Amino acid sequence: MPPRFTPERVRYDRRYRTLDKYRFIVGFLAVPLAFYALFVISPFLQAIYYSFTDWSGGPVANFVGFDNYEKMWNDERFWDSLQVSVLLLVIAPVLTLVLGMFFAYMITSGGRHRRGRAIAGVAGSSVYKVVYFFPQVLSVAIIAVVWGRVFNTNSGLINGGLDKVGVDGPAWLGGDETLGLISLLTVISWSFIGFYVVLFSAAMGAIPKDIYEAALLDGAGRARTFFNVTLPLIWDTVRTGWIYMGIQALDTFAICLVMVPPHVLKVTPVFLYERFRDGQYGYATAIGVVLLLLSMVFSLIVMRVGNRDRIEY
Amino acid sequence: MSAARREKETGGALNVFSHAFLILWVVLAAGPLIWVALTAFRPSAEILSDPMGWPASFHWENFSNAWNKANIGQYTLNSLIILAGSLTGTMLLGSMAAYVIARFTFPGNRVIFMLFAGGMMFPVILALVPLFAVMENFGLLDTRPGLMIAYIAYSLPFTTFFLTSFFRTLPTGVQEAAMVDGASHTRTFFQIMLPMAKPGLVSIGIFNFLGQWNQYLLPLLLNNEDEKSYVLPQGLASLAVSQGYRGDWGALFAGLTIAMLPVLVVYAVFQRQVQAGLTAGAIK
Repeated sequence: MPPRFTPERVRYDRRYRTLDKYRFIVGFLAVPLAFYALFVISPFLQAIYYSFTDWSGGPVANFVGFDNYEKMWNDERFWDSLQVSVLLLVIAPVLTLVLGMFFAYMITSGGRHRRGRAIAGVAGSSVYKVVYFFPQVLSVAIIAVVWGRVFNTNSGLINGGLDKVGVDGPAWLGGDETLGLISLLTVISWSFIGFYVVLFSAAMGAIPKDIYEAALLDGAGRARTFFNVTLPLIWDTVRTGWIYMGIQALDTFAICLVMVPPHVLKVTPVFLYERFRDGQYGYATAIGVVLLLLSMVFSLIVMRVGNRDRIEY
Repeated sequence: MSAARREKETGGALNVFSHAFLILWVVLAAGPLIWVALTAFRPSAEILSDPMGWPASFHWENFSNAWNKANIGQYTLNSLIILAGSLTGTMLLGSMAAYVIARFTFPGNRVIFMLFAGGMMFPVILALVPLFAVMENFGLLDTRPGLMIAYIAYSLPFTTFFLTSFFRTLPTGVQEAAMVDGASHTRTFFQIMLPMAKPGLVSIGIFNFLGQWNQYLLPLLLNNEDEKSYVLPQGLASLAVSQGYRGDWGALFAGLTIAMLPVLVVYAVFQRQVQAGLTAGAIK
């Protein structure tokens, strides 16, 4: 019973209080946990089980061992999609993080002797930070539609611009796999750079100013200050961002599905989705398991490669 | 030439290059969006013949065509209805779970926390196929409540994780005082703790608002039966495909503008909280 209906004599009893506490805990956790277990945890666990079955959506799912994985091994289209996904996984983080770091460094520490401080952002840095972040707040589906129009062969922004200077633009999304991949990389990096600018700016802003002042007194230029002071001090953030961006690149789904015509190239999540649409549920989940393993292996490698002593300041 | 002088000069060249690059990226980041907004005012034939052109006259009918004929109005309404349910549910359930995990000691406390935290690391695409079957079994496929529940469930891990650490930072004194005054646990939560947690709730609320408003994968999977029930990003993606046959490009650009404007306005108003919320989401 709630306290106001509880008789005075038991209200402050220890056993009553304990009972009341647990009743509350169970009451508050029951619904969130039920939702979570039913719609998130259970599908993940089921996915691993179904990847070993020939499930096609019906009530029957026969255990077939590693058949799906064997089929994947021999499926050329799977390997094609994986090649694209792995290329994205390797190139997209490098491109995005390098540009993100450069912009973040300019925004936080690019200016010298402004407002009497040894180190500060360049003029207009707060505006840059706001505008760069624009793509991050839009839906990936909308980004894909917008860029699909930008890359359009005949009525797109890029080829329209090339026309004005008398150059015949290529069919970006028309059939050439390399151009398709470049387009995909452009859009992925474009949509994430603003996020890393903000992330790295926050990390760089936390570095004490006197470290920069000391470096400046010693005559270090911008590049030197960046590589010898800033980068080592934000290394943990860079590594986290690297893993996060890699997983984002591996998860690329909507941009590829909406923007790139299926005959040009596919990424593995799109390949998975198409198998699901065909009713090959068991096969589709097996592909999902491989994606999960791939992202785990990637995270482990980055953690190993980027393992340095943490610098406290 | 003295060392200091040389330093200054190389700095100068680098300066010009760096500033040019910063400004170039402003153009690259905002350019496609401005192009879409400008093109939304041009008739379809003009868009096809000269994609880079300036709007000669303002064709507002693109917007009414998008809103009425291309169903953008319906899609926006669907998105709003879904969001009203899913955002309320996410915030309520998320803060309830987080409060209990953060402020009470009970057996299994750690395990439940780890369970939520762990959910942030798995790729959603892996769960998709079984989720489709689970939803079908509950009769929730292609229904609004079904989509709301899916949004809530997939927002819970990060919401709970974020709010747990937030509730931990709140002072215990007020809570104890309320209990001594005879307030129930439920009353303490709603009348004392939730108002105190407002800054955290705002951050995670905006984070979830953007995430759920922009959702594409879940509706594509769970809400694909009836075109009338599409949410905004889903509707625009399908519109982009179908315009290839129908050719009302003006309406597509107007639809994109209608979809982008509200989020950009919300972002412009709350940009500090949005940036803080989204970057906190990455460091998780």
